Amino acid sequence: MTQATNGSVGDRVVHKAFPPITRHTLALYCGASGDHNPIHVDLDFARDAGFPDVFTHGMLVMAYLGQALTDAVRPQDIRAFSTRFAAITQLGAQLTCEGHVTELVDRDGEPCMKIALVARDEAGEAKLLGEAIVAR
Amino acid sequence: MVDRSAIGRSFTPVTAQVEPGRLRYFCETIGEKNPIYRDAQAARAEGYSAIPVPPTYLFCLEMMDAENPFEFLTELGIDLARVLHGEQGFTYHIPAVVGDTLTFRSRVTDVTDKKGGAMTLIVVVTEVTRQDGAHIADTTRTIVVRNPKAA
Repeated sequence: MTQATNGSVGDRVVHKAFPPITRHTLALYCGASGDHNPIHVDLDFARDAGFPDVFTHGMLVMAYLGQALTDAVRPQDIRAFSTRFAAITQLGAQLTCEGHVTELVDRDGEPCMKIALVARDEAGEAKLLGEAIVAR
Repeated sequence: MVDRSAIGRSFTPVTAQVEPGRLRYFCETIGEKNPIYRDAQAARAEGYSAIPVPPTYLFCLEMMDAENPFEFLTELGIDLARVLHGEQGFTYHIPAVVGDTLTFRSRVTDVTDKKGGAMTLIVVVTEVTRQDGAHIADTTRTIVVRNPKAA
């Protein structure tokens, strides 16, 4: 496992590309996550709600971001992880997750680093913007 | 429409077990190949007592084992078709691992109107504790409600 615990400010410590999101992925994630909101799997329901098609669970994209993060740092070192869902992630989106160290901080007396995280689609549009606090 | 009188409302606590089969299905679904989440020996080598859960999995456990996963929406009179997930945060205190029984206690901590009432932001904070009372994590979700246009 790559260790980012010695990351310096500005370093890109997180980088991972994911396969395109399919209807099948969304159906599986519906069961895997317990989020049975039909807006992600039922086209009729999504259209009635005013959307052109079903769209990705925000938490699936956050799960990808978390996966990219724990490819780079030890899970037990993560103190906090948060995201803002900036835009709806459409079907077929090919996401790339990246994270850069922005700051070295102390959190409750423990040396940590802040990592700014972003998930972008193949057009470069930011879908999720997040941050992790990781012990170093 | 939800207003600030909802602040402080709490919901039925949810108790969930971290089951290996469900966790494996989650890992398959998101393409998670990291051995720490799939192999008890690899997890123990990293100092865990059992396989830990990936960073967002606490959110799933709460929904999977809730009798009504959208209780807070129905309780507050919100139509599921009108909600979007605005923000999500996790603060971790102790790793959650396979075999744990976790209890999720949620309450509304903030309600704010945006864009002249076109949207309402609702913040729900959830405390996660283990069967022995240990405080595992806190999660914070912000739900965006797209309000119907006033007639």
